[in-house]
Amino acid sequence: MARYDRAITVFSPDGHLFQVEYALEAVRKGNAAVGVRGTDTVVLGVEKKSAAKLQDSRSVRKIVNLDNHIALACAGLKADARVLINRARIECQSHRLTVEDPVTVEYITRYIAGLQQKYTQSGGVRPFGLSTLIIGFDPYTGVPSLYQTDPSGTFSAWKANATGRNSNSIREFLEKNYKETSGQETIKLAIRALLEVVESGGKNIEVAVMTKDQGLRQLEESEIDGIVAEIEAEKAAAEAAKKGPARDA
Amino acid sequence: MKLDTTGLESALPLFGANCQMVDGFTAAPAFELPTTLDFDGFQKEAIQMVKPAKGTTTLAFIFKEGVMVAADSRASMGGYISSQSVKKIIEINPYMLGTMAGGAADCQFWHRNLGIKCRLHELANKRRISVTGASKLLANILYSYRGMGLSVGTMIAGWDETGPGLYYVDSEGGRLKGPRFSVGSGSPYAYGVLDSGYRYDMSIEEAAELARRAIYHATFRDGASGGVASVYHVGPNGWKKLSGDDVGELHYKYYPVTPSTVEQEMVEVSAA
Repeated sequence: MARYDRAITVFSPDGHLFQVEYALEAVRKGNAAVGVRGTDTVVLGVEKKSAAKLQDSRSVRKIVNLDNHIALACAGLKADARVLINRARIECQSHRLTVEDPVTVEYITRYIAGLQQKYTQSGGVRPFGLSTLIIGFDPYTGVPSLYQTDPSGTFSAWKANATGRNSNSIREFLEKNYKETSGQETIKLAIRALLEVVESGGKNIEVAVMTKDQGLRQLEESEIDGIVAEIEAEKAAAEAAKKGPARDA
Repeated sequence: MKLDTTGLESALPLFGANCQMVDGFTAAPAFELPTTLDFDGFQKEAIQMVKPAKGTTTLAFIFKEGVMVAADSRASMGGYISSQSVKKIIEINPYMLGTMAGGAADCQFWHRNLGIKCRLHELANKRRISVTGASKLLANILYSYRGMGLSVGTMIAGWDETGPGLYYVDSEGGRLKGPRFSVGSGSPYAYGVLDSGYRYDMSIEEAAELARRAIYHATFRDGASGGVASVYHVGPNGWKKLSGDDVGELHYKYYPVTPSTVEQEMVEVSAA
């Protein structure tokens, strides 16, 4: 098997592209990222490793704008992310220039995925080691969307998804608890999902909310702390309710 | 229309030319320059050789019920009328029309090419391209051939999500958005009739009659325009051809022959 992971342009005998699978490993080691789509809001949440004391935390924003109405979060190699994000941003503007209209979320996702795929079928380069979560609103219909791409270059739309560390646990949680939400409820669902695998606290999570009218808004640490407190209170109340009737009986 | 990305890319030079593929349908095909000592002179000659006077009359205007598009059908080569039945309104797709003025081959080819690009856009993006987008695609292509002798003066008319749209695009690379346009050697005459008779809230019949009359008057005074006045209407459900009248017959419709009293009559002079 080891012989088939040098030049990525070859398949292994049992049909694997090992470089792509190794790239997925790199993604699995990256920070957890979660995305949730509501009826009028889309939320991205990313695990933030505690910043070194001397580091300026503002320079390590994990959730970025691709255009006024599209944002992206990713898990995996951050340097690869920077290159991909730059290309995507240029494509967003190039599209505005050539057809005088903003890109749709699907278009830019397809572009990013196409780029990721190109690097799995060329000589001398390695795939991008990141999966992205792309959120945005359709500029014409105002419908919110959430898409995910991965190093192999596939993409699909999701109601809610997670990538990076422990993404399986987060996805399980989302599958059990997902329902159509809007506004604040969507934000709470995203944070609850992220709290499954991350130490609770505003300084360990970065959350950004996108609405049709206001674009992308990064939540302040204090706001996140407030919502986390709400969630903890709800959890405690649910626990108490479970124990309550049993005691009476 | 490639933006200059040299400042941002670093890992890409490995397959530099492939960058074009990424942005597939906006890269215009390029060809080698001719080997000549005086390229500017050559360019001028080429332009003079193919520079027709755009002998034609086409017009289009937006009104309450959509876009009205009309054109004559004469093709002339100098003083020779080569055809009286040229289709100058080109059907790009069921909801967009283009008009032809200038080189017939250039207009036909590039409009067909535009139709292909519009269809590809639809397939890739699962929605129709806007009139803005289509006209911009054509304008960018024509701009990249600027100075190479293309002669195209066209109007792109259509109906998209934002309502009726009308753009003027030419081979110099110009692109204008507007409510009324007329292109060709007969356009001054057409403008005269069109501008004085135009109202935004006309019915479809009134607008068609205005367009027909404007084309007729242009063919009356301009020698390079004639043949048949075709009138098309673009509405929310696409375009529809409304009429195609021979301008000779239109003349007698507008100015019917009236019997006039004879003042002097020639009589046989009796042999004196």
